[in-house]
Amino acid sequence: MTQTDTARIDTTRIDTRPQETPVGLPRRAVTIQLDGHEIKVPEGATILDACESRGTAVPTLCYGDTLDPVNACRLCVVEVENSRVLVPSCSRKVEPGMVVHTDTERVRHSRKMVLELLGSSVDLSAAPSVAGWMKQYGADPTRYGEIAKTVKQPVKIDNELYVRDYSRCILCYKCVDACGEQWQNSFAITVAGRGFDAHISTEFGVELPESACVYCGNCIAVCPTGALMFKTEHDMRELGTWDESAQRQTDTICPYCGVGCTLTLHTQDNEIVKVTSPLDHSVTSGNLCIKGRFGFQHVQNHKRD
Amino acid sequence: MVGLATVFGAGGGTSSYREIEDTDVIVLWGSNARVAHPIFFHHILTGIRNGAKLFVVDPRRTSSARWADRWLGLQVGTDIALAHAIGREIIAAGLHNRAFVEGSTTGFDEYRAAVEQWTLERAEAVTGVPADAIRELAHAFATADRAQMCWTLGITEHHNGVDNVLSLINLNLLCGHVGRYGAGINPLRGQNNVQGGGDMGAIPNKLPGFQDLLDDDARQKFEISWGCTIAPRHGWHLTEMFEAMDRKEMRALYVIGENPAQSEADSTHAIQILEGLEHMVVQDIFLTKTAKLADVVLPATAAWCESEGTVTNSERRVQRCRKAIDAPAGTRDDTDILIELARRLGHEWHYPDVESIWNELRSLSPMHAGMSYARLVDLGGIQWPCPSNDTLEPPFLHGRLWAQDPRDRGRLAPLSAVAWEGPVDLLSNDFPIRLTTGRRLDSYNTGVQSSAIASPMRDGETLDINPDDAMRLGIEEGERVRITSRRGSIEAPARFDLDLRPGLAFMTFHFPDEVDVNVLTIEANDPKSGTAEFKASAIRIEKLNGAVGAVGAVGAVDVAVDVAVPVAGD
Amino acid sequence: MDLRFPEAEPTVAEVQALDAVLGVSVVAQGWEREHGGAHRASALRPRLLGALHALQDRVGWISPGGLGELSRRLDVPPADAYGVASFYAMFALEQRPTTVVHVCADLACQTLGAGALLDSVEATCGIPNESGGTASWHPSPCLGLCERGPAVLVTVAGDPPREAVIAPATPDDVAVALRTGPNALAEQAAVVAAVPQAASADSAANLVLLKRVGVVDPLSVDDYRAHGGYQALRAAVAMGPANVIREVTESNLVGRGGAAFPAGRKWAAVAGQPVRTHYLVCNADESEPGTFKDRVIIEGDPFSVIEAMTICAYATGCEIGYVYLRGEYPRAREHLQHAIQAARERGLLGPDVMGFGFAFDIEIVRGAGAYICGEETAIFNSIEGYRGEPRSKPPFPVEVGLFGKPTVVNNVETLVNVLPIMLIGGPAFASIGTTGSTGTKVFCVSGSVERAGVYEVPFGVTLRELIDLAGGVPKGRSLKAVLMGGAAGSFVRADEIDFPLTLEGARAANTTLGSGVVMVLDDSVDMAVFLRRIAAFFRDESCGQCVPCRVGTVRQEEALVRLTIGPRQEHDMVLLREVGQVMRDASICGLGQTAWSAIESAIDRLGVLT
Repeated sequence: MTQTDTARIDTTRIDTRPQETPVGLPRRAVTIQLDGHEIKVPEGATILDACESRGTAVPTLCYGDTLDPVNACRLCVVEVENSRVLVPSCSRKVEPGMVVHTDTERVRHSRKMVLELLGSSVDLSAAPSVAGWMKQYGADPTRYGEIAKTVKQPVKIDNELYVRDYSRCILCYKCVDACGEQWQNSFAITVAGRGFDAHISTEFGVELPESACVYCGNCIAVCPTGALMFKTEHDMRELGTWDESAQRQTDTICPYCGVGCTLTLHTQDNEIVKVTSPLDHSVTSGNLCIKGRFGFQHVQNHKRD
Repeated sequence: MVGLATVFGAGGGTSSYREIEDTDVIVLWGSNARVAHPIFFHHILTGIRNGAKLFVVDPRRTSSARWADRWLGLQVGTDIALAHAIGREIIAAGLHNRAFVEGSTTGFDEYRAAVEQWTLERAEAVTGVPADAIRELAHAFATADRAQMCWTLGITEHHNGVDNVLSLINLNLLCGHVGRYGAGINPLRGQNNVQGGGDMGAIPNKLPGFQDLLDDDARQKFEISWGCTIAPRHGWHLTEMFEAMDRKEMRALYVIGENPAQSEADSTHAIQILEGLEHMVVQDIFLTKTAKLADVVLPATAAWCESEGTVTNSERRVQRCRKAIDAPAGTRDDTDILIELARRLGHEWHYPDVESIWNELRSLSPMHAGMSYARLVDLGGIQWPCPSNDTLEPPFLHGRLWAQDPRDRGRLAPLSAVAWEGPVDLLSNDFPIRLTTGRRLDSYNTGVQSSAIASPMRDGETLDINPDDAMRLGIEEGERVRITSRRGSIEAPARFDLDLRPGLAFMTFHFPDEVDVNVLTIEANDPKSGTAEFKASAIRIEKLNGAVGAVGAVGAVDVAVDVAVPVAGD
Repeated sequence: MDLRFPEAEPTVAEVQALDAVLGVSVVAQGWEREHGGAHRASALRPRLLGALHALQDRVGWISPGGLGELSRRLDVPPADAYGVASFYAMFALEQRPTTVVHVCADLACQTLGAGALLDSVEATCGIPNESGGTASWHPSPCLGLCERGPAVLVTVAGDPPREAVIAPATPDDVAVALRTGPNALAEQAAVVAAVPQAASADSAANLVLLKRVGVVDPLSVDDYRAHGGYQALRAAVAMGPANVIREVTESNLVGRGGAAFPAGRKWAAVAGQPVRTHYLVCNADESEPGTFKDRVIIEGDPFSVIEAMTICAYATGCEIGYVYLRGEYPRAREHLQHAIQAARERGLLGPDVMGFGFAFDIEIVRGAGAYICGEETAIFNSIEGYRGEPRSKPPFPVEVGLFGKPTVVNNVETLVNVLPIMLIGGPAFASIGTTGSTGTKVFCVSGSVERAGVYEVPFGVTLRELIDLAGGVPKGRSLKAVLMGGAAGSFVRADEIDFPLTLEGARAANTTLGSGVVMVLDDSVDMAVFLRRIAAFFRDESCGQCVPCRVGTVRQEEALVRLTIGPRQEHDMVLLREVGQVMRDASICGLGQTAWSAIESAIDRLGVLT
């Protein structure tokens, strides 16, 4: 059902990143032990990279794709010998001789508990994969009782382009990082407050149109739980018409300025319902501006004038 | 594009976006990329976070300028004066790359003579940029290991736009900032396929792949393939076409995906010309204002999501466009329309699909030869040139200029001893305010596509002015005012903008149905590129009740300089 | 940067407050604004915390107009500034009265009647955080005045702002403070009152680190010198940086903040980093409930901290030192600020320290009410002007620390130990105490003892001996338990107090010395209330970054409430343990990792809740 080319290789990423020279030196290999198997991984790789290279499944929620890992959710923890505590595989880099266990009792317990703690306080129904992990790790978010404190709150709808449903927010910081220094540099949102009261906010909680938001939607693109959503998607979910199985994704190029951003158009019933950009494309790294993200309305009217 | 083609033979930016992240000094000249090219600006931001210094040269303290280590707020239309002063300072300080200048460029003596008069002091007097800022940019640019020069329409939309471009390219040549990873010259294209249009030969003097129309071998190759004769003469660019229409020498016009009735400078005059045609065909996805003037309208599909093809971006990357949704009934793909038109004109063009059209291009344009559809998909687009089916060229152009053996350097890059001329539309007591134009973040061109965005940031069109100017004129924020140039008069609400200096006003042309800014702009065109001087109009601002007339501007009149500038009919 | 600022205008007072800390207004907006973009903004960012303090001190809250003006001047995104301000308990983001009374509700004061004080304040002064009127009060985490609880801190915004502590406090004191501010209150106790050993010449003779407290005038550099000050620095310079590090290494000095990391190794690691600049951070953010030793050292002997930092900087190549000082320590700040100024005037700090040819200067960064900022990487974020959230380790501070540069972070007490090491040499220092724990240790003895205060003893005395030194449990009371190491520590039973107070002794006794908290509980303490306070403390102080701690501390408190008040769920004890384990195993930093320790030990060792 998809025309997206998942195996896309971006040549400009190869060998052009290093500051010193456009032709990077080959990275040395580091030998580690992963679940009893000796494996070689490139120096600088994370434990998660090593797991992925071996096909070892590690659940992640806050892992940043194109963002620096904040390792806040702690779902990806693994056991490293001689480490007092578990370590986040998404950010911990491999070291020679490291002995890593991804499926010990402690690891399973922590993953179960992270899922339970989140599940008991946040609406995870729009987060892909979570239900499966809950089952896999035997998490039971209901056992904290009905008095368990949650982040439940009304959906914030203060503009026509996207909605913020912080009942679904796991505080992974990805939207803040995408809006901030790592990509958009608009700094419209921040983490405010502390502890369980920490939440994503504008200054003094003002509505988005009063804030620095420029509606690039790069926060929506990185949100792992559906707390940030195109208004089209939100409205369709409310109406019960949102059906991902009936959607297609098609890559094309933005019709506006000359930068040439790849748009992935998510279509359902011949309507564009959402726009993303491939995370691994050298032009966008998954980011767009308001025109690319939301500038598709002009082809939606079946009868143009 | 003309400027780059003049110097390097190929009309494309020399670097890739990625290189901006790994450079040391970035000069953004006449470009508000933060707003007009937001995702390109992401690469600049990454560069800044990696430690690069950013200089922004722009009359307005734009969003982009606010990211700059140093903003050079020059007077509108004094770009060449500033560029020459930078060049002179680099040479005077002995910071130019002598080996590169001697071995890979030509015309240095003429260039040095041309810039000699542009001392920092004189440049400060003409451009309004403090001498120390000019010196700072000159030294930073020249001493950087890698530097990037980027510009947009702030440079090209002038009556001498090509000369402006050449004056900037000079600086890169002077310092050897071209043909190396991280150093280069990058025009940012205003529209999504401006580059592709040029690549495909939709310019008056080139065949697809920038092969010259006057080159017999090239022409012959196309003639054999197409089975027809190609006239060995250059065509007209847009402005020349309008002039020809004005002279009634050109009497029929076929417009594909443009809205000249609203996008041309001095639009009142442009519409008169279009109305005077004997026949006009408009092919578009909307019934634009231009289409309403047409004899025949051909409803087209939206190329970016209702049909298949390719576009080329500002880093020369050819990428695939794909059909995602079905087009409305009654519309047809641009290619279908053209093939059908050919058929009715007696030519049977056989293309089973768009890929076969593309493959024909690959067979005729060496720089596209290696770009099969399959590779375009696998590699996330490919940058030209790509002559080979299995390898890729470096991400930057003109590495040849650094070849050890002079014979491998190809045609050396000429420094251009261009002369500065101020804007055609002079400021005067009657027209004391300089109006410049540009874009806003959530809008695009004449708004045909972008007006449907439910943007919470949009206030509609306004006349942006400095509050001090407004106070002198007795204008309140939000008050509707009359704006008059030598060509026409419009009304718009005033918006106060502290980022504009006194004497400078700003508007966009995103909302032509409400505020037709191009009534004001001047049809003073660059003879080389045909681009109009959208960026520099002289205006006066008046209250609607007429109580206050034009007030002499303070500090707004073009600086007195000893260069005579022709006055466009006052 | 193309930031968008709130439209609200600042008041004249807010503008003046910012002028005072940031210099008179630069052109912050429009086409004439300062040049510099992102690089200028980065350089200005560390001034954010101080600017927030200036607004809070002057008008009593951070208003939208004030925040907007601050953001414009520092080119800091308003949302960011708001996020930072909202991280710290001392900053109010809603208007509140200029006089605020902070009543300590924490552990040590609990043992000294804070519960009754809070109840009676509420009865007479109304509910906490009321915004009407000219004054408000609220319960506060530990104020670091544990030797004379129950303690109260009064802050009055204005020009100049005023602060005062009342300890011990009565309900009447609070009522007076709410009515008239701190001026009506008596002078607070002398610093030396917190050092009972100084009272007799015999015991005072054994003091090393505390020997000058109450002896020297903390405001006089000459008096400091007259009592041996700056001899250690002279000795250090005479031996050279490498030898200083060698002596510190041979002394086996370990960190006194709780982690017990060898100081010599840390110094050597930073000294060996080719990257410049090197930074020194003196961690004076002691916020562990029951800890107040650093306050006493800074208040009573501030020059010793400066001298010790200078030696460290000399040895490790640091050019700039920061003292990150608890926001709730007004007297310590006053004394230290004065001492730094005096040291600069005498050339003891500055471009050429004492003419020895190296540069070093010290800046005080005032904390703003966040326990987590005592964590060694959270402290960096706080100094840099960001939310005080801990960073992921590795990389460790010796490689990537403050501003991304190699950084020494040492606790106040750790640093002042360097003075005797320089004077007697590393090996001699190592001969004090035990093989595994060298030197003396300053313990903060609080709770049910006759003479609460800081006690300096060689490592190796037993817990029982220390409690006896403090006069033991008051007559008529019996010892129930001792909380070692504070809220992040663990309980020992009355019959378990004969172990030696050393790192290895504590480990063998399955407890911790932590930062030196010895909180003595007698039979009158309601353990359920006490444990709920511990749980509430961690719930309040969790930074919220990682899931195990952010949600776990809430679930821990909920379970504890059900277990102690009801309704009890069948599996609550299991739940408590499972939550505790994930916090310990998977939290980012020590806060979450230890948030369950004390409660676990109360269940397992004291047998509560069963």
